[in-house]
Amino acid sequence: MQGSSEFEQLQITIPTGDVAYIKAGHGEPVVYLHHSWGSPGALPFHHNLIATGFSTTIPDMPGWGGSTRPVWARDVRDIAILIGIAIDTLGLGPVTLIGAGFGGYVAAELATMSPSRIARLVLMGAVGLYPDEGEILDQMMLSHRQYIQESFRDRQTYVEHFGEEPDAQIRTLWDLSREMTARVSWKPYMHNRRLQHLLPNVTCPSLIVYGEKDKVAPRSLAQQFEKILPNAKLELVPNAGHLVEFEEPKVVADLVCEHMRRCS
Amino acid sequence: MFIGHFTERPYQDPESGYFGATGRSITDLTMSNASYDPKLGARLYNRYLDEKIYAEEMGFDGLMLNEHHSTPFCMGGVMNLEAAILARITHKSKIVLLGNILPIWDDPLFLAEELAEIDMISEGRLVTGWVRGTGRESVAHNAVAPYNWERFQEAHDFIIDAWTRPGPFRWEGEHYHFRYVNPWARPYQDPHPPIWIPGVMSRNTVAWAAEKRYPYVMLATELEPTKESYAYYTEVAKEHGYETGTQHRGYLFKVHVDETEELAEQAGRKFVQGPSNPFLEGNQGVVRPFIQNLPGLTQRNNLLPTMRSFAAAASRGRVAQHKSETKKPTEQKKPEKFDTYVDQTKKYSIISGTPKTVIPKVKHVLETLRPGSIFFWDGDGAMSHEDSMRSLRLMGSDVIPAVREIADELELKSPFEVDPKTNQRIVDSNTSDSPDNSSESESP
Repeated sequence: MQGSSEFEQLQITIPTGDVAYIKAGHGEPVVYLHHSWGSPGALPFHHNLIATGFSTTIPDMPGWGGSTRPVWARDVRDIAILIGIAIDTLGLGPVTLIGAGFGGYVAAELATMSPSRIARLVLMGAVGLYPDEGEILDQMMLSHRQYIQESFRDRQTYVEHFGEEPDAQIRTLWDLSREMTARVSWKPYMHNRRLQHLLPNVTCPSLIVYGEKDKVAPRSLAQQFEKILPNAKLELVPNAGHLVEFEEPKVVADLVCEHMRRCS
Repeated sequence: MFIGHFTERPYQDPESGYFGATGRSITDLTMSNASYDPKLGARLYNRYLDEKIYAEEMGFDGLMLNEHHSTPFCMGGVMNLEAAILARITHKSKIVLLGNILPIWDDPLFLAEELAEIDMISEGRLVTGWVRGTGRESVAHNAVAPYNWERFQEAHDFIIDAWTRPGPFRWEGEHYHFRYVNPWARPYQDPHPPIWIPGVMSRNTVAWAAEKRYPYVMLATELEPTKESYAYYTEVAKEHGYETGTQHRGYLFKVHVDETEELAEQAGRKFVQGPSNPFLEGNQGVVRPFIQNLPGLTQRNNLLPTMRSFAAAASRGRVAQHKSETKKPTEQKKPEKFDTYVDQTKKYSIISGTPKTVIPKVKHVLETLRPGSIFFWDGDGAMSHEDSMRSLRLMGSDVIPAVREIADELELKSPFEVDPKTNQRIVDSNTSDSPDNSSESESP
C-alpha cells in the first residue's frame, strides 16, 4: 500500500501474546480496527488523518496478521477485551476508536465495556447487530476474491487495489484471517443479539459512516446503530461500497476529522 | 476377509435435467430442495433398503451406509434411521456406518443413545465409524469449521465414556457440556461396537486412528496412494509399539458385475452419470473449493499421498494443493478424446465386467493393498434397481465365494478374525474350546 513507509512497524506483548501494530503521526490518538480479512496496512485514508494532526495506530487484531492467535477465543467480545488491554498497554486511551466492518463490531463491543478508553467512536460499514432488513453477506459461502470484490463498489475499484490476481501474501492473509473470523464469528455470523441491549449505554460521540453502495452490511444496520447509540450521527457516502475508507479516503477522513473537531 | 456392500443412495430424478450422461452438472450446495419430490424419495429409500436385504441374502458380511447433507448425491442425511431399520429387517450382516460426522453433532449424547439402540435391535451387529466430514456438512449443520478436529476428538471421547462409564457423571469439556450423563441405553456389544475410521486424505485422522488401533478404511482412493497411506498408518503404529496387519486396513472400491461384458459396460458407465457427486470421479459436478475446504477445517499441509489423485483432491476442495503436489503438468494432461470410464477401469478405480473378468481384477486389488475388509461400491450414479440386483445376484453366486478363496490364499484377516486392538486371533466359540494366542501382524 502507498505511503506505508511513514509508519513504524512495532509490537507489544500483552499477557495473551504479542500484538503487532503500525503507528505514525503526532497528536490525538486514533486507533483503527481492520476488516475481517486483515489489516490493509496504511491507506491514504490513514495518511489523511495524520496530515490533519492525529496520531494513528493500526493494530493487527489478536489472531490476525502478525499478532498471536488467542486459540481460546470463542467470541468477538474476547477480541474486544484484548484490544482494550492493548490500548491500555500502549498508554493510548482515551482514543478515537475507528472500526471498519468486522472491526466496527469489535469497536462496538469494546465501547460497551470500556467507556473510559474511548473518547469518540467511528463505525464504518460496521456489523455486529442483526439487520432489521437484509442479511450480512456471508463470506464463508464465497471465495476470498469474490468476497473482497463484493466489498468494493465495483470490480474496477477492486482491481485498482489488489490487481487482477492478488499476490500470494495477500491470499495467505485472507485465508488465515478468514479462519480467525470463523473461530469467533461463525455463528451467530457477524452479529451479537446482546449488543443492542448494551449500546444505549455508550454515550461517547459516535459517527456512523456507510457507503451508499455497501453490499456487505445492509443499510438498515447504519440506521440501527444511529438509533441505538444515544449520541450518534449518520453519514452516508455516495458512490462507495462497504470499504468506504478505501474508496473515498478524503471524504471519509474529512468526516472523521470533522467529527473529532466537533466533539473535542 | 470381511466383504461389505455400499451405495451412496443417490437421489435419482431423470425428470430434473440434472441426471444422466448428458444432464446438467450440479454446482455444490446451490441446488434448491424446491424440486425435491418426496414420492420419489419414498421409492428410492425403499429401493435401497430392499437392495441391502438382498445383499445380505447374497452373502455380504456388511451393509455399509454413509452420511452427507443437503445434496442429491447421497440420501443418507439421517443414516442412523436407515441403520435402525436394517437392524430390524436383516439378520446376519453387520451394519457398518462409515460414518457419523461427529463434529456436526451439538449433542453427541443423542448419537451415543441412537447407536446403542441400533446395536441392541440388531443384537450386536453394529460397526460404528466416525468421520470429520467435508465443508458441506459443516455448512449444512452450521458447525464451526475451525473446531472440527477438536469437536471430533472430544465427541469421540465423550461417546466412549457414555457407553462404558457407569452413570450418572458430568462432562464439562471444551466443546460439550452435560450435567447428567446416564443414557438408559447401552451398546449390546461389550464394551462397545467396533469402531472403524474411514477417510480419504487427512494425515491427522490416519495418525489418530493408528494411535487408537482403529481399522482405517480408505474410501475409493487410487491404489498407489492408498498403499502409501496404509504405510503411514503402519509407521504411526510402530511409533506406538505395535505392528499392523490386514485387520487394520479396509478399502472401498467400485465394483459392478453383470451378465455380459456389454451389460457391464452399460451399467459401469452409469457410475459417472446420475446426480453430480464430488466423490465420483468423472461426475463431480462443480465443486466450490472454498466451501469444501473451509477455513480451519483441516491443516493445509497435513495431507495424505491421496492428494495426488485429482478426484480425491477436488472432492475436498484441494485442487490447488493437488496441482502443487503433481510433479509435471504434462502428466495430468488428458488426451483429446478423454473417456473417464475407460481411464478409471484402467487404473482399477472402476471394476465392471462379468464374474470371469471382475474376479482377477479384484484379486489384483487385494494383492496390491492387502486389506482385511473390503466394500464393493455399486448401484450408484444412474444405475437402476435392475442393474443393482443383477450385480448383487452375480456377486453372491460367483464373486463373493471366489474372493473369499483368494483372501484365504492371501491370508487377509478381517477385524472379526484378528482383533486389531491386540493382534490376537479371535476364536469362534462355536468351533473351538481353547483361545489361540498367536499374534497376527505384517508389514504391508
